[in-house]
Amino acid sequence: MFNILQKWLPKIILSPSIFLVTVCIYGYVAWTGYLSLTHSRFLPNFKWAGLLQYQKLMENDRWLTSCINLLVFGVLFIVISIVLGTLLAILLDQNIRQEGAIRTIYLYPMALSFIVTGTAWKWILNPGLGLEKMMHDWGWSSFKFDWIVSNEMSVYTLVIAAVWQSSGFVMAMFLAGLRGIDSSIVKAAQIDGASMPTIYWKIILPCLRPVFFSAVIITSHIAIKSFDLVTALTSGGPGYSSDLPALFMYTHAFTRGQMGLGAASAMMMLAGVLAILVPYLYSELRNREQ
Amino acid sequence: MRKFVTLASTLALTGAINLAHAGEVEVLHWWTSGGEAKSVGVLKQMLETQGHTWKDFAVAGGGGESAMTVLKTRAISGNPPAAAQIKGHDIQEWADLGFLTNLNDVAAAEKWDQVVPAVVTKVMKFNGDYVAVPVNVHRVNWLWANPAVFEKAGAKLPTTMDEFFVAADKLKAAGIIPLAHGGQAWQDATVFEAVALDILGSEDYNKAFVEHDDAVLSSDKMVDVFATFQKMRNYIDSDSPGRDWNIATGMVINGQAAMQIMGDWAKGEFIAAGKVPGKDFVCLPAPGTDGQFTFNIDSFAMFQLSNADNVKAQKALAKTILTPEFQEVFNLNKGSIPVRTDMDMSKFDSCALDSMATFKASNESGDLVPSMAHGLATTGYVQGAIYDVVTNFFNDPNGDPKQAVTKLARVVKAAK
Repeated sequence: MFNILQKWLPKIILSPSIFLVTVCIYGYVAWTGYLSLTHSRFLPNFKWAGLLQYQKLMENDRWLTSCINLLVFGVLFIVISIVLGTLLAILLDQNIRQEGAIRTIYLYPMALSFIVTGTAWKWILNPGLGLEKMMHDWGWSSFKFDWIVSNEMSVYTLVIAAVWQSSGFVMAMFLAGLRGIDSSIVKAAQIDGASMPTIYWKIILPCLRPVFFSAVIITSHIAIKSFDLVTALTSGGPGYSSDLPALFMYTHAFTRGQMGLGAASAMMMLAGVLAILVPYLYSELRNREQ
Repeated sequence: MRKFVTLASTLALTGAINLAHAGEVEVLHWWTSGGEAKSVGVLKQMLETQGHTWKDFAVAGGGGESAMTVLKTRAISGNPPAAAQIKGHDIQEWADLGFLTNLNDVAAAEKWDQVVPAVVTKVMKFNGDYVAVPVNVHRVNWLWANPAVFEKAGAKLPTTMDEFFVAADKLKAAGIIPLAHGGQAWQDATVFEAVALDILGSEDYNKAFVEHDDAVLSSDKMVDVFATFQKMRNYIDSDSPGRDWNIATGMVINGQAAMQIMGDWAKGEFIAAGKVPGKDFVCLPAPGTDGQFTFNIDSFAMFQLSNADNVKAQKALAKTILTPEFQEVFNLNKGSIPVRTDMDMSKFDSCALDSMATFKASNESGDLVPSMAHGLATTGYVQGAIYDVVTNFFNDPNGDPKQAVTKLARVVKAAK
C-alpha cells in the first residue's frame, strides 16, 4: 500500500499544475496558432484562410517596422544592461562602505512597474517639459535632446528607459554570482602576481557563465514581451516609428478587430523567441552535461 | 409569527409585482467624466421614473478599448448587457454576427424615420432594421481659435486653406504656435480628414473613404491632400507627439497657440475654463469646409435578451434616449447637437446653433459626410490601415506625398 502511494504521490501532486500549464499555455498557444490560420476578424471564427494572415502580415509596413525596432531595441537593451550591470556589480564588489544602501539605490528602479518608468521618462524626455527645457532655462540654449518626438530616434528612448530600469537588477544577479566565487581562487591568483583587471577578465567573469545565461534569458524575454513600457513612453509613436510586435499584436487583435492578423503576429513572436532561445538552451544544457 | 408570515408574503408579493412590470437594463458605457456622467445620471433617472431599474456597467478609459474586450467576452458567453455604447461600423459587425435585437417597433411608434436624418439612421440600421439608437451628433470639421491671439498677431481668422497658411505665417512670426495639435494617430487622422474634405469635396470624400474608389484614392487630388497636410506640419510645435487633445485645446485657451482642428467635444474644455463662445474663443468650419459637415455619432446598440421584462425595459431605454427632453439635457452637457432635427434649440450656444444649421443644410445638399477618423465612414480594418499611412507620413520629415498616396491605395485595397 505504502509503495503504491509512494509511486503515485509525485504524479498526483504534480498533475494539477501540469494540467494547468498544458491547458493555459500550450493549449492557448495551439488555439492562437489555429486562429492565425482562419479569417477571424471581430470575433473568432473558423473559416479556413490558410497562410493568408501571414502573407498580409509580411506585406504590412507597420509589422516590418516593429520587427526591426524589436531587433534594435532588444540587442541594445540586452547588451547595455548586461555590460552596465556587470560593471556596477564589479565596482560594488570592492568592499566599500554603505554597500547595502548603494545596492538598494541601484536596485530600486526594478521595484517600479514599466508603466511608471515609461510615464516618468516621457516627461523627462519631452523637449517642452523635461531635460531640454531645463537646460534651456539654465542658459544652455543650444542643448538639443528631442529623440522622443523624432521618428528616427524614438526607439532609442525605449532603450534608455529600459536600461535605466533593468541594469540594477542585472547588477544584483552578478553581485550574487560574484559573492559565490571561492575567494581562495582570487587569493591564489593574487599571489601569482595577477592584476585585478586580469583576475576579473580571466578568472571571475568566466566563472559567471551561468549568471550570463540567466541574465540573457531574462532580459531577452523582457525585451520581446515589452508592451507596457512602449505604451506608456511613446505609444508606438511618433507615427508608428517606435512600435513593437507586442503592441502591434494588441492593437490588431483587440482594438482593430483583426484577430487573425493579431494571432499570426503572436505566432511570429513565439517563433522569434524560440529561434533565439532554443539554440542557446541547447548549447548551454549540453555543455553542462559534458 | 403571524405578523412575520404576512410581512414575508407582502414582500414576496410586491417583489412579484415589481418583476411583472419592470425590468432591468444593464448599460455598458464609458461616459465617466464630469458632464458625461451627469447626463447618464439623467437617463438613469428618466428610466427609473418609468419603473425600471438601471444597472450601470461603466468602464473608464476614454476610447473604450477595455470595455469592448469585456463586451466581447460577455456576448460570446451568452450574457450581453441590454445596451452598449457602440459606434459606426462596429454596429454592423455586431449585427452581422447576430447579437443585436430589432427595434423597428419602437422606431415606428416614435417616428424615428421622420425626425432623424437618413444619413444617421443608415448607420443605426442593419439590413433596413433598427438595431441601435443614436444619442448625439458631433461635428468633427471645426476650427477652434483664440481671437485675442489673432488680434495680437494682426492676423485674420481663416475661412479657406490659403487664408489659413497666410494667417499661420503671421502668427508664427509673432511667436505664437499657429496650430495646436496632439500627435496621436486619431488626431492626425482628424486633421487629415478636414484637409481631404476641403480639397476632395464631399462627393470625392465619400468615394475615397466610404466606397474606397481606387481612382479617387490614387488621384492627383489625393497627392494634393497629402502635400497640404504635410505643409501644416510646419505650423505645429515639435513637442506634439503623444500629446492628448485636451492639452492641445488648453494651449489655445491660454493663448500659447492660436487654433486647433478638433471635433466639438473641444468646446467642453473652453466652457470648463470659463470661456464664452464668440468672445474668448470662436468656432469656425475647418478651412475651406464651410457648409460641409463631417459627422461623428455616439450610439447605443441593443443586444438580444431572453428575459421578457428586460426586453421591455430595453425598449423603454431606446425610446427615452431619443425623447426631446433627454436629447436636450444630454447634448447641452456633451457639447454636441441633438440627433432630432425638430428640436427647440433655444438653450444651446452659438456654436451648437451653427452646427445644427449646417447639419440640416448639409443633409439637403449632400455635404453631410461620415467621419473617417472616428469610425463612421468605414470598417475598423480600413480605418486602421488609413491611420497607419497618415500618421506615419505626417511624422516623417522626409515623407513623399506621391509615395503616401500609392501606399494609401494599396493598404485600403488590402484591408477592404
